[in-house]
Amino acid sequence: MCQVDEDYHEPLQRAEVPSVSKKCVKCKEGTAAVVIRAGDAFCRGCFKEYFIHKFRAVLGKHRVLYPGEKVLLAVSGGPSSCSMLSQVQEGLSQNAHKKLRFLPGIVFIDEGGAVGQSVEDRRRMVAELQAVFKATGFPFHVVPLEQVLDLPSSVVAAAPSPSERAAGAYKVAVGHFIQSDGVGVTLKREESAPADVQESSTHSLQQLIGSAKTLTAREDLLNTLRQHLLVHTARTEGYSKVMLGDNCTRLAVKLLTSISLGRGAQLAQDTGFSDSRYRDIILVRPMRDYSAKEIAYYNRMFCVPSVFIPSLDTKTADKSSIQRLTESFVTRLQADFPSTVSTIYRTSEKLQTCKSSSTADHCDRCLLCMCALDTAVENASAFQATLISEQLSQAKAPAATSAAIPRQNPAPMEPESTAATGQCCSSGGGEDCGKAVGGVGCCSSAKGPESTGLRSLLCYSCQLTIRDMSSVERLPHYILSEAQRRQRRSQMREEISEFLLDEGDEGD
Amino acid sequence: MAAPVAIHLEFGGGAELLFNGVKEHHLTLPSQSEPWDVKQLLVWIQRNLLKERPELFVQGDSVRPGILVLINDADWELMGELDYQLQDQDNVVFISTLHGG
Repeated sequence: MCQVDEDYHEPLQRAEVPSVSKKCVKCKEGTAAVVIRAGDAFCRGCFKEYFIHKFRAVLGKHRVLYPGEKVLLAVSGGPSSCSMLSQVQEGLSQNAHKKLRFLPGIVFIDEGGAVGQSVEDRRRMVAELQAVFKATGFPFHVVPLEQVLDLPSSVVAAAPSPSERAAGAYKVAVGHFIQSDGVGVTLKREESAPADVQESSTHSLQQLIGSAKTLTAREDLLNTLRQHLLVHTARTEGYSKVMLGDNCTRLAVKLLTSISLGRGAQLAQDTGFSDSRYRDIILVRPMRDYSAKEIAYYNRMFCVPSVFIPSLDTKTADKSSIQRLTESFVTRLQADFPSTVSTIYRTSEKLQTCKSSSTADHCDRCLLCMCALDTAVENASAFQATLISEQLSQAKAPAATSAAIPRQNPAPMEPESTAATGQCCSSGGGEDCGKAVGGVGCCSSAKGPESTGLRSLLCYSCQLTIRDMSSVERLPHYILSEAQRRQRRSQMREEISEFLLDEGDEGD
Repeated sequence: MAAPVAIHLEFGGGAELLFNGVKEHHLTLPSQSEPWDVKQLLVWIQRNLLKERPELFVQGDSVRPGILVLINDADWELMGELDYQLQDQDNVVFISTLHGG
């Protein structure tokens, strides 16, 4: 085994190609049609059964969808989310004891504006999807991404956390539901026509996306904006859960991408089954047990309609963004080693967020991705070292040097103080703190005061994204105003800190 | 000498973008000395149908990983992949599972 001169003379042999007449591994009768895992071929009928069972099984296992609960299905038009939609339909049409008991609604976010589609193309795609949605009979909402520009700042502000449900609550809820026989819970059919999009808002959305200089940052920004809009739609329409269509291939790519983007601390939430970062709205990923291949085959064989909509990375080369490169890495590896995706995906299953983040103060959350901040690290860390070297290299203007000096003090033990340091002039946006309105004579660093102040409110990865943007002023108003609010608050806390009794238990 | 083979090609999941957005193609492969297999079909597609960016469709002598191939509605892994010999009236489908097609 472990000799110095190990010799592997035997060449690797390719797996035997199964013969055409191979039978289904399950019923041993039907002619095989799909190879799911290496060597396991299913016939049409068994594949359908397997696929449908898996959806129910994953929902049954996690028990997060309560009977009678309103659940918003986020459908992008792609194969995964359309397949999810058809599985929900399938589940609702089952007989009594197998029936899914939640109330679905559909949301489609039209990103055509950000991707640069023409108005006609967008109309055509929306019309195509509306036809699909109408056929389901579920209420649906078509929301243009432009609406993200007019969101209230409550989207990224503290949300009241719902009271914790006890462990036995699920059974009790099911019991109640069965007794009441589901009476009074009916699907109200509503359709929100797509709001007319002003050309000016499409333009400012394009400017916002365009202000990110790399495709990596652009995709990341688009994801963030999309998620905010999804959560906002769920809140305003009264849904408490949002179902996302991420499949396991997608999640494996996302996991590796997240690590490369510096989002290691947020992995569990980014790729897990349920994601409670928004507290009152829980994001659920029921498709995470299906591979992209299974979904594509199912959709093809059982005629699940999906609409192809180009995205930012359509027709781009492998190396155009970190996301794209990771995807090609995973799919290529998968072609030769069929267990690649499942291995990565199993890893994501084992990840857990540490307890503190769920109880942490809301101010300690990233302004963009709403995950717990990972920037509150000790002085002797790589993160702080990067900051210092960045500050030193930027210290050309005299004002900036003065900002760099306090940085060397052992201040940044908690994010508040980091915020205050980076903030020497964040009151430049000048609200009620009465200082330097208009930011006269403050930092003359290239990034401007807004950027420095804003970055202190972000997690490491979102900071990187913002750094790739030419100007933060193009960010939607709700983000900027919430940033100012948080900065004022931390500033105030700084000012009164001498009078506070104990760091731990002060009530805001 | 093999007779010409009439086949039906279909592209989906965004792969059609590389073919001017045309999803379905009915075509007849010309007669040649040896029978048509999928490997030769890919070369033929690349020469005659593919409109742009060939690296996004083929890699090496196979399709780009992430693009699924179905032959007569069955997984091509069951049919012998590149070595499958095309029959008259066969239906070959290419579906891209990659993000953004």
